[in-house]
Amino acid sequence: MMEAMDILTTASLWSAVLRIATPLIFGVLGALICERAGVLNLGIEGIMTMGAMIGWLTVYWGGDLWAGLAMAVLAGMVIGWLHAMLTVPLGLSQHVAGLGITLFASALAYYLYRLWVQVGNLPPTIVPFQPWAVPILSDIPFLGEVLFTQTPPTYVALILVGLVAWMLARTPMGLALRMTGENPHAVEAQGLNPMRIRIWAVMVGSGIMALGGAFLTTAAFNSFFPSMVQGRGWICIALVVFASWRPGKALVGALLFALFDAFQLRLQTVVEGVPYQLFLMAPYVLSIVALILVARRARVPEALMQPYRRGER
Amino acid sequence: MTFSTSRRTLLMGAAATLALPAYIRRANAQTVIKVAGVHASPVENAWNSRIHAAMQAAAADGVIEYEFSEGVAATDYPRAMREYAEGGARLIWGESYAVEAEARAVAADYPETAFLMGSSGAAEGDNFGVFGTRNHEAAYLAGMLAGKMSATGTFGSVGGYPIPEVNLLINAFRMGVKEVNPEAKFLNGFIGAWFDPAKAKEAAVAQIDGGADILFGERIGTADGAQERGAKAIGSLIDYTPRYPGTVFANAIWNYRPTIDAIVADVVAGNPVGRDYTEYSFMKYGGNELIYVAEDVPADAVPAMEAKRAAIAAGEFEVPIDANEPA
Repeated sequence: MMEAMDILTTASLWSAVLRIATPLIFGVLGALICERAGVLNLGIEGIMTMGAMIGWLTVYWGGDLWAGLAMAVLAGMVIGWLHAMLTVPLGLSQHVAGLGITLFASALAYYLYRLWVQVGNLPPTIVPFQPWAVPILSDIPFLGEVLFTQTPPTYVALILVGLVAWMLARTPMGLALRMTGENPHAVEAQGLNPMRIRIWAVMVGSGIMALGGAFLTTAAFNSFFPSMVQGRGWICIALVVFASWRPGKALVGALLFALFDAFQLRLQTVVEGVPYQLFLMAPYVLSIVALILVARRARVPEALMQPYRRGER
Repeated sequence: MTFSTSRRTLLMGAAATLALPAYIRRANAQTVIKVAGVHASPVENAWNSRIHAAMQAAAADGVIEYEFSEGVAATDYPRAMREYAEGGARLIWGESYAVEAEARAVAADYPETAFLMGSSGAAEGDNFGVFGTRNHEAAYLAGMLAGKMSATGTFGSVGGYPIPEVNLLINAFRMGVKEVNPEAKFLNGFIGAWFDPAKAKEAAVAQIDGGADILFGERIGTADGAQERGAKAIGSLIDYTPRYPGTVFANAIWNYRPTIDAIVADVVAGNPVGRDYTEYSFMKYGGNELIYVAEDVPADAVPAMEAKRAAIAAGEFEVPIDANEPA
């Protein structure tokens, strides 16, 4: 048992926490932006798969790693646009449209991969992002190894948390976005177009989600597999609730989930006689418990999942 | 004698022409067996890729005609099997792990079609053959090399799920290690997924943190963790060395061609195929083999391993099959 607790003090564990959390941070931020504007985006799993494929493919075809991330964002926005069209102007069920988008985007990513990439024994590789030590800061003991010796997309994710929090809380754009999720009629009364705000929010949110997928193929690993997102998108949907729709708490939620995951991978190696399934289950069970404790007090955006129709009450 | 076309000869001629494809099909069927593969996973999956490659090689040799579907969901699986059976495939290859009852029901409906399924169950009737995956002999030999190479004496392994075919492989590796290194300590992690290389990599890193310096990678991603941390890894099923040079020093290769040849021979001879084809994955049939990089392996580890390899090939030594979940 002491051995198990000792693991918690190793820098390697916490470094793994940040790596595991990165795709979740992107995903949860993206989902949060969509939902704050009033649109639930269950297309997330498919959008992340598409981001993983397009991000990887861009690099495979000779593009820069950063170009790969940019193309992933673009691909995410295109699919986000589709979801927005179905849910905002057409006002269709956001659940049904979102699940449809996930099925469609996952299958499309698989199909395009087959169409454009030859298949051998093993999927081809790219040279992924390498850990980049931030000068000076990476020399800080412990913290330097954990926080400042990561791959660049992880830094982007962390910076993005601050950026989204600031944008939502401190800018007129953020106010308009939040208002659209609370009371789109009031937005309309202010002379803004809630439809347009929702469409853009879903597109931008989807673009950020796609980065989470691209992280998997351009930093965490170096090839694309059709089903490699493995439910990370669904975890993000739960994390948004856990975070009470706040970016800061979303970061905490993603880190907490990743901590459970990184910890259980290490516990499997030191604790004997416990079925491994219990360890694998741990992050999910603990997330549900945390959800129960936290989310009961969460305030849901008033107009979430309510299609806006001009002039209708 | 004048040549005139009566209505009767015209009709007969037309009928003969229409029936021609059937004659050709019958003539072909005697030489080339039409095989349909129904892959539940994408063919990149290491396991499926071995079968896919062997099928393609057999097709290139003119032994079979091969067509396939991949990523077939369990709910869709029986439908795909039926479609190929209706389409005239003589042999349908598949994996019935998740659809045992349904696959057997399909086979019962098409008694003229041969079925060969990766399965945890037994063969059934005259036309439902099964096979298991066995590259445990090669894993044992890889363990014998690894046992002499570790500085820490701790050996890791990363698996998908603890199903028998994964367990017996990891256990065989461990037995091989123990034969040359009785003091060895073992770690193991299951990631609860077949396709999550990022997670397999994290599991590998976790084991290296726990002191392991040689990892048996049942899942892709394991060697990435080893490479990043300067540890060594062993590949399973396929040859991972070109992808991870200097990291993957040995691979427990699975060859599926002997299995294909065996069942095709049965189909051609008209023998019932409702039997277990697992034995064709064994080393004595060439069904699995160890390949390793000589420069990456200490010279004194090789003779004992080679002696064991010869003993297995000669049938003097049998690698035990232990399907219990490794701790």
